[in-house]
Amino acid sequence: MTESGYILFEARGLSKSFGPVQALSAVDLVLRSGTVHALVGENGAGKSSLSKIIAGIQPPDAGQMQLEGQSFAPSNRRQAEHAGIRMVMQELNLIDNLSVAENIFLDQLPSRFGFVRYPTLNRSAREVMSRVGLEEISPSAAVGSLGVGTRQMVEIAAGLSRNCRILILDEPTASLADREAGLLFRQIHQACQRGVAVVYISHRIDEILRIADEVTILRDGRVVSTQLARGLTADEIIRSMVGRDLPPRQQTRSAAGGAVALRLDCLCAGPKVRDVSMELHRGEILGLAGLMGSGRTELARAIFGADPIDSGSIYLYGSDRPERIRSPRQAVRNGIALLTEDRKQQGLFLPQSIRYNISLPRLDSCSRLGVINSAREQSIGEQYIESLSIRCSGPDQPVGQLSGGNQQKVVIAKWLLRDCEILIFDEPTRGIDVGAKFEIYRLLSDLASRGKAVLFISSDLKELTAVCDRIAVLSAGRLTATFTAQDYSEQAITEAAFREHLNPSSGEVRS
Amino acid sequence: MTKSTTFVSRLTGLLADYLGMAVALVILLLVFGRIADNFYSWDTFRNIADQVPDITIIAVGMTFVLIIAGIDLSVGSILALSGAVLGVTLVQLHWPLPLAMASCLGVGLLCGLLNGGLVVAWGLPSFIVTLGMLEIARGATYLVTSSRTVYLFDGLNWVTDYSFLGLSVPFVLAIAVVLLAQLVLSFTVFGRYMIAIGTNEQALRLSGISPGRIKLAVFVLSGLLCAVASIIHTAHYQANPNNGQGLELQAIAAVVIGGTSLMGGRGSVINTFFGVLIIKVLETGLAQVGAQEPTKRLITGLVIVAAVILDYYRHRLRKSSGLPG
Repeated sequence: MTESGYILFEARGLSKSFGPVQALSAVDLVLRSGTVHALVGENGAGKSSLSKIIAGIQPPDAGQMQLEGQSFAPSNRRQAEHAGIRMVMQELNLIDNLSVAENIFLDQLPSRFGFVRYPTLNRSAREVMSRVGLEEISPSAAVGSLGVGTRQMVEIAAGLSRNCRILILDEPTASLADREAGLLFRQIHQACQRGVAVVYISHRIDEILRIADEVTILRDGRVVSTQLARGLTADEIIRSMVGRDLPPRQQTRSAAGGAVALRLDCLCAGPKVRDVSMELHRGEILGLAGLMGSGRTELARAIFGADPIDSGSIYLYGSDRPERIRSPRQAVRNGIALLTEDRKQQGLFLPQSIRYNISLPRLDSCSRLGVINSAREQSIGEQYIESLSIRCSGPDQPVGQLSGGNQQKVVIAKWLLRDCEILIFDEPTRGIDVGAKFEIYRLLSDLASRGKAVLFISSDLKELTAVCDRIAVLSAGRLTATFTAQDYSEQAITEAAFREHLNPSSGEVRS
Repeated sequence: MTKSTTFVSRLTGLLADYLGMAVALVILLLVFGRIADNFYSWDTFRNIADQVPDITIIAVGMTFVLIIAGIDLSVGSILALSGAVLGVTLVQLHWPLPLAMASCLGVGLLCGLLNGGLVVAWGLPSFIVTLGMLEIARGATYLVTSSRTVYLFDGLNWVTDYSFLGLSVPFVLAIAVVLLAQLVLSFTVFGRYMIAIGTNEQALRLSGISPGRIKLAVFVLSGLLCAVASIIHTAHYQANPNNGQGLELQAIAAVVIGGTSLMGGRGSVINTFFGVLIIKVLETGLAQVGAQEPTKRLITGLVIVAAVILDYYRHRLRKSSGLPG
């Protein structure tokens, strides 16, 4: 297992953009046979985009790839798999109702006259499964009956069972226990000895230092460096991942922090929110930072009553009595609004008009005895289009025709009309172009200066440091640190976000 | 954007909504006028007008159910059951008419309540729940009537005998139900919520509105409208325990021909009425040209499929021209 393997794959100048967002710009990557190449970077640095291009799931906008000296441009995943490139993704690709064996050999089921030959199938499956330490699982067990970690191993087994020259693993250990992870590393080692090149994406830097031969660090869609893993330290990696230049604060509002609007006490919800305690004040924008899957969305949904709370309490508006919020309806009645991460699926009625979307949570304000006053609704629509400068042809335009930024403004308008005091924004600027982002920032500031309490979840540290009065950091479901504006440092925040992955603790550390 | 242009665009939108269906109906009438002898006669139209009211009233409830992305397969059985209850209480138990009618309506409402309650409380697919109710209510009908037709003789003559401006009471009632339901759908909070459920139930829930009560109300309404229709149906055909078999499919066909989406979120009660008229004109016209049952069913089936394909293109056209779907 050395870095001296021959060059199996080479990419030059790969670029990819999604609408206004440049996910990759001119990325070079060299994979050598029999080595593990780690990709590290913050959320949105381009790791997943890069691996999806290699695996044929997305085409690049520009750039070339070569596989064993031959030009390689897969037009879909199947072609890439045919060439021996397999990717195991975070969202699993298994069919729950089929057995483990059927899933592993789905595209090459042994059959005679169209009937599956189960003895043969199960025998080969058992062989493959024993390699990844799944001896204890029956090949005929339904995948749906297995735990997440086991399913992940099944997927990896499926990848390794076939013609495989490059194996891409995207956060493979996110849901694995230590023992399973150990087995995975042994598998990776064995695959390397067979000459497979492994691309390994992980937030767990300790793992990377343990198994990687080379490390490529990405930031904002560009390669910062590619170096040998030997001799690298966790500190060096984190420092290269974050840019050190923080933009100046957008705007300093006077005296952020009025009365307490929301207080969480040891809140636990599901596996992803563990023992979170924090306070959110009126007139404040509190940022919530963390890695993908650190439990930020889950925390927001728990506060909003969309997911059940296991233990802990929520106190509202300085009351000593915990509030029981068991449904979004109760949350909204208590003045809490959640602007979901996925606004198209969860926040908007795309075929319906702007005024329809804005007035929906507050139809009582423009109806009498259940009959809607169209003129009043129309003028409410016009009023918000004006005050939030929503670019559209009028209140009757379907929301589905608006740009992402303007759709987001419609969602904001809807909650402003509902007069909510506590507003939770989950990734409000995702997929929105730069100009509209700044308008959203300004809106958040306006809301805070009007005395609203704003919780701002974002994966973009730069926007958090530019907009927020304080930043709380979640790591693997725990609150690991809270920073005030004068202590902002991207490195310290990133460290806090990785903390639970480096040395898992049970307590919360405030800095 | 000024007020007048929105008004004009809404008016054209409205025309585009109903014009297509009206044109299709007129074409159908013209075709039968050409190929059938004496199609344009008082008898023909009275015949059609007599067949329309019960199915129209049921199709109105079905339109609402489809708009919330549900389906109600039990309407035919609920019609039979509430009709049977009406007949039995009136003829065999000698209850006064108002009490008999109240129990008839109560049974329909109860069936709808059961449908909706099961759908909401356990999150079951309405297809399965109402399929169960289709059997349950039919079985109950046989029990109530001892599997024999209950003859009402003159008991419900008031339903069929009186007329209003030359139109029968049931026909006027059906028109009133259609208009009222369209107003509810277009202009009330309840109508809004129905469309919201069909468009994106999750987004409605996350807007702080519980969809459960609205869904329950829609199924209750569908059951209640079946009972109303059963009074008309029973007046014509007596309390036959086999009443309303296959009616659910006819009602769904009418609603779908009217352009209501099976995926929910979009629909029009007035177009459902046109859908009913198209089906009934087709049926009557084909009978008059001497078409046999197999031919009638074949052609009706083709019309349903053609209507859905047409609606697909109409919808795409509206989408691309920027009108709200």
